[in-house]
Amino acid sequence: MTDRAAVSPRDAILDRIRAALADRPAPVPIPRDYETALPGSVDLAARFVERVDDYRATVERASAEELPKVIASILAAHVAHRVAAPAGAPGGWFDATDAERVADAPPLSHAELDLLDGTITGCAVAIAETGTIVLDAGPDQGRRVLSLLPDLHVCVVRLDQVVGTVPEALARLDPGRPQTWISGPSATSDLELQRVEGVHGPRRLAVILVAG
Amino acid sequence: MTVAPGDPARPLRDRPEPTFRGTPPFPEAARVALADDQLRANLGRATTTIRTKRAAAVAERADWEELRLAGAAIKDAVLHDLPALLEQLEQSVTAAGGTVHWARDAAEANAIVAAITHATGARDVVKVKSMATQEIELNEALRLEGIDVWETDLAEMIVQLGHDLPSHILVPAIHRNRSEIRDIFIDEMGRVGRPAPAGLTDAPPELAEAARLHLREKFLRARVAVSGANFAVAETGTVVVVESEGNGRMCLTLPETLITVMGIEKLVPTWRDLEVFLQLLPRSATAERMNPYTSMWTGVTPGDGPQAFHLILLDNGRTDTLSDPTGRQALRCIRCSACLNVCPVYERTGGQAYGSVYPGPIGAILTPQLRGIAKHPVDKQTASLPFASSLCGACFDVCPVRIDIPEVLVHLRGQVVRQSEADHRVPSREQVAFGVAAWTLRTPRRLGLAERSAGLVGRVLARRGMLGRIPGPGPVGGWFRARDMRAPARESFRAWWRTKGGRGSDDR
Repeated sequence: MTDRAAVSPRDAILDRIRAALADRPAPVPIPRDYETALPGSVDLAARFVERVDDYRATVERASAEELPKVIASILAAHVAHRVAAPAGAPGGWFDATDAERVADAPPLSHAELDLLDGTITGCAVAIAETGTIVLDAGPDQGRRVLSLLPDLHVCVVRLDQVVGTVPEALARLDPGRPQTWISGPSATSDLELQRVEGVHGPRRLAVILVAG
Repeated sequence: MTVAPGDPARPLRDRPEPTFRGTPPFPEAARVALADDQLRANLGRATTTIRTKRAAAVAERADWEELRLAGAAIKDAVLHDLPALLEQLEQSVTAAGGTVHWARDAAEANAIVAAITHATGARDVVKVKSMATQEIELNEALRLEGIDVWETDLAEMIVQLGHDLPSHILVPAIHRNRSEIRDIFIDEMGRVGRPAPAGLTDAPPELAEAARLHLREKFLRARVAVSGANFAVAETGTVVVVESEGNGRMCLTLPETLITVMGIEKLVPTWRDLEVFLQLLPRSATAERMNPYTSMWTGVTPGDGPQAFHLILLDNGRTDTLSDPTGRQALRCIRCSACLNVCPVYERTGGQAYGSVYPGPIGAILTPQLRGIAKHPVDKQTASLPFASSLCGACFDVCPVRIDIPEVLVHLRGQVVRQSEADHRVPSREQVAFGVAAWTLRTPRRLGLAERSAGLVGRVLARRGMLGRIPGPGPVGGWFRARDMRAPARESFRAWWRTKGGRGSDDR
């Protein structure tokens, strides 16, 4: 084992890899003949709403003027009295609700967050084909933990944030930012391979698609 | 909480973690599994469900084959450029505030995790489901270091609480039905934390709720988390974990320190390459357009999530696998489990019979290679794995990265036979049988003689036209132990042909 001590694991592994590739396999061209966009005839907003609904999240459409009222009615329906908001959340989100806005500034402790009834965030991108919302910790989304501990997540999606496909979403996103891709509420397939909604993440996801 | 304080120097989990070491060779283990009616019923139900759903999820994509071709090519490109890509990943993770470690084998990887955990002063870790950490038996290694490991994936927790072994890559407790799970929760949860709620039934939502309550206090308390990685992007240093329940998000977000153990083949070269795998994996694994949660992080983000990130790059037999030009395609695997769910052998024996954390078709080619079959003779259990297949090819058809599993199975069978020839001066029974067959088939006259005697033997031994068990030892008895065969006809086709005046090559 003397050589083991003399060579670092890093160099040893890299040497082993080079030796394993001694047959010099030919370089591989990567065929990218798969679809990267939805057909132009697809209504992205309608497709997004349909696909979010498939996950048993709730999803509704609203105009910018209607948004505060829609938020208020969702919070009331879920009996959410104290609701976390990212530091950069637009003030208007709370204009029509009685629920208390609990700002994450200064940052809330995990224990404090765990006691809240819900969270409202925006998103970075939404994907029509898969009904996915992507959060990247932008000002109206905040830290990752905000949309994790409370049991209700209300997510406001602007129409111009909806793209058709996964490739289009990745092209818009910044790899340097922490990301959470969310497709429906927390779920598991571990009980006899049947999907059950609601394990550790928020058990209720309410998406609002806002025009304009 | 009902946890007894106990001796602070000893972990709560005072029993050794179960291990696959000591599993008998596959035919023997399979016989035991086949006798378990409950197991076969649980597996049959689960695999039938997921097979149908996967087919529907895949059919929705007209370009599925193009995605598979891209996925296979990207993974091959990774293997082709592995040293440069690993060095690039190391640089990008380090630049983003992470620390990269390298581990030649399980012992080195486990020691690194233990040292990092000890340095934080933490006495326990929460864990995201990860095949790499199962493979290196991390939980037992940490237990011996006085560190408790809490599995947080629902199925993984069912296996851990039940002092059981996993039987599926994606759903390790697939062999358990809901009422067995209820009993495990009632009996075991209170021993290691918050007990199961009173009056717990076997309704899946109640079982999920019990897991949520049991683990919530562990998540909030945890200072260290251990995860695997589905993908890591060399170009950006981004690590990706794909999951469903949110236990992954808890582990990747709440603790101060995150340790990720990743096989060296889990790389993709560029950020864009994720577009292929984030489409292939969910539809192949859980038959969804997209899994509920995917987390991506690049090093450390100030004020958001763990402030210390360690990435451990693990070899543990992967370079041995890479050295085999035919077998190396197994390293494309993205651990989706589609091949398990369609395999007629897996569906009947379950995963534990394979004696490895990697069961089913992919396990039958990956396990022997990770255990070094390309470099040296392997033990009997390992050598039995390439034979745990009927070579029907269903696994290749569903594989999202087009691993030709039947091709590798046949290739590894050849390796096993050659190693056994080298081991034995006296030819094996199989070699004798194939020698006799070769001699018989060499001339038409010899074949004719064999056909006549087969017809005679068949008449003596057959029952209702079938040959079942043939008494006695030797290759023939062994072959028939697991098979029935229609008895040979009294008269061969060629004999009948001659009675009709036909002419054949016999006459020459």
